[in-house]
Amino acid sequence: MFKSIDQIIEAIPTHRENLQPLREILLANALMIGEIPAPTYSEVERITFLSNRFTEDGLQNISIDEAGNGMAIVPGTKGENNILVCAHADTVFNQKVDHAMSVGPDSIQGPGISDNSLGLAAIVTLPEILKRLNLQFEDNLILMGCSRSLGHGDLGGIRFFLENNKLPIRAGICVEGVQLGRLSYASIGMLRGEINVNVPTEYDWTKFGASGSVVLLTKVVQRIMEIPIASEPKTRILFGSINAGTSFGTQPTSANLRFEIRSEQVGMVSNLKQEIEDIIDEIANASDTELELSVIAQRAPAGLAYGHPMVRTMRQIINALDIKPHVEPSVGELSGLINKGIPSVTLGLTKGKYKNEFKESIEIQPIFDGLSQLVALLQSIDGGFCDEQ
Amino acid sequence: MSSKIEKWLETNTFHHGEFWDIRKLVEMKEAQGLKISLCIPTLNEEKTIGKEIVIFRSELMERYPLIDEFAVIDSGSEDKTLEVAASFGADVYSAADILPEVGDKRGKGENLWKAIYQLKGDIIVYVDADIKNIHPRFVTGIVAPLIYNETIKYCKAFYDRPMAYSSGIRSSGGGRVTEILIRPLFSLFFPELSSLIQPLSGEFAVRREVLERIPFPIGYGVETAHILDVYKEWGLEAFAQCDLDQRIHRNQTTTALGKMSFGILQTFINRLKRYGMVDRLPEMATLYRQFQAEGNRYEQLTREIVEYERPPMITIPAYRKKYGIKD
Repeated sequence: MFKSIDQIIEAIPTHRENLQPLREILLANALMIGEIPAPTYSEVERITFLSNRFTEDGLQNISIDEAGNGMAIVPGTKGENNILVCAHADTVFNQKVDHAMSVGPDSIQGPGISDNSLGLAAIVTLPEILKRLNLQFEDNLILMGCSRSLGHGDLGGIRFFLENNKLPIRAGICVEGVQLGRLSYASIGMLRGEINVNVPTEYDWTKFGASGSVVLLTKVVQRIMEIPIASEPKTRILFGSINAGTSFGTQPTSANLRFEIRSEQVGMVSNLKQEIEDIIDEIANASDTELELSVIAQRAPAGLAYGHPMVRTMRQIINALDIKPHVEPSVGELSGLINKGIPSVTLGLTKGKYKNEFKESIEIQPIFDGLSQLVALLQSIDGGFCDEQ
Repeated sequence: MSSKIEKWLETNTFHHGEFWDIRKLVEMKEAQGLKISLCIPTLNEEKTIGKEIVIFRSELMERYPLIDEFAVIDSGSEDKTLEVAASFGADVYSAADILPEVGDKRGKGENLWKAIYQLKGDIIVYVDADIKNIHPRFVTGIVAPLIYNETIKYCKAFYDRPMAYSSGIRSSGGGRVTEILIRPLFSLFFPELSSLIQPLSGEFAVRREVLERIPFPIGYGVETAHILDVYKEWGLEAFAQCDLDQRIHRNQTTTALGKMSFGILQTFINRLKRYGMVDRLPEMATLYRQFQAEGNRYEQLTREIVEYERPPMITIPAYRKKYGIKD
């Protein structure tokens, strides 16, 4: 047991060195996980892989819950408290995408390798990591691969776990593949929505002019872009995807827009949602068509303070790696944990490029910084250095 | 013969899922005091070699010590194959540097042959380097039958290559060269060998006592020669085959397959000569044997194919009469 945070930080270079022999085991886990397609709601095969690994490592309470989360416990010496270490298991890539990974001397490339095969691999390799470093914690570690995280999944996995879990959780760590130096300790206000335009089949095209669903949706986009948004606190509306029509010369009768609002300001997301609803009503009435807003996911902004001991510790750890902490809010599992009052952070394990593209890639060598950072944070939480006084 | 083939299919054809328990496999191996070597022959495989090494080292050496020794034997790659392989800690050899006194021939068979000298295992497992979906089963599936059954000396991999199938039954065959060249040849001259579903697959595990006693063509014919020679010496019982599910690899052009077929045909005819079969060809079989799979069960589909020949039309009296052809 370390007596101070300084001792923990001093041990980071030694840990980093001692973790090198685990390279093949960690990378093999990342590769095998990465080659199992896992679009949201279809994570079962990946979670089964996790579960099998937990069994091979002799962990306790291995289970797959009703929401499809896979978890296991690394028992602590006292076991009075629990630290949750989680990573989302789903990806943005569908089953048909070629999930073959390719390995170079310094990097791995393949869809989903950074988001979040590497994060999951770190979780399944953690028991081996602790064994190699000869570390044992007083707290139990709950290792979890979360299902239904992205898009329509709306954090279904972590929410189910938090609503039904009976174990006291002292702190949470959300592990992402990239970027090393990432420090998320607040969840941003977020609304993920879809706007659907449907032109009725009996629509009188001559009466209202030659507009189809594409034109109507474009009007909606233009009007949303005209909404004045202050630069501080940060607020952003992102139009993520648009689908409409079938060919060059056919009037499109339906259209779909997916968008996300993110804001650090309390209440801003709700205000913007109201304004968008007003725009939609107005255009629907003027054009005699059906326009509908569906909310897919919504989160309230919340977070730890910058000076919270867990955030401060993370900053010290990242600085010790000679990396500048990159503070960014999260819309992932972190928001579920923070909303439940569990002090938590999200961290990244390595450097990477092209996240969520087919040529997504990660660098191999910085992973050892990322893993020693994770170990140091676990030691800090277990040692009580991240608790609020 | 059909019942012998059916019995062999029943007892010597496996699915890798039967060998999921690698821990048990390691225990059995150690109980027999066996050493197992893995050889990956390479020639310009920088895109896939890294992943193979990482996964095999992690899963079959560090996590479960099934493989005692692991080497990449290269035929002179000009890309980064050697750099990538070495960076993940593989023992990398140039085929030319092994047994230099016998000279250096260029070809995959050369690497496989020199591996017998270089590697120490009682069983050598060969796995091609171009597999995109590499997984520990590519080794466990073919080495397990040799560990569990000492009469098995040579185990071949085969793969499911479904284009599409709508019901529970699917056709299960080899690649194009197997189906167009090898299976017809085996059906004609060595019908029992037609029970090997993919005789040309590049993944196989063999006991040293067999490897050190058979010649190695260095080119395309190496797999065909192995099968014929092992069959001639030890019979069908020495073989096993294991279904490894899907194998994703780069596809070869028809032109490349033509070259491959030409090499294989040379080897095949050489074997016929060596076995003294050219001057006394056996009665040609008329049963053609293919396979279908239902779940993990494989059965033969036999078809009687008789190439009946009609005589030249000019010999038919009615034809001669119609066209006024006189003797």
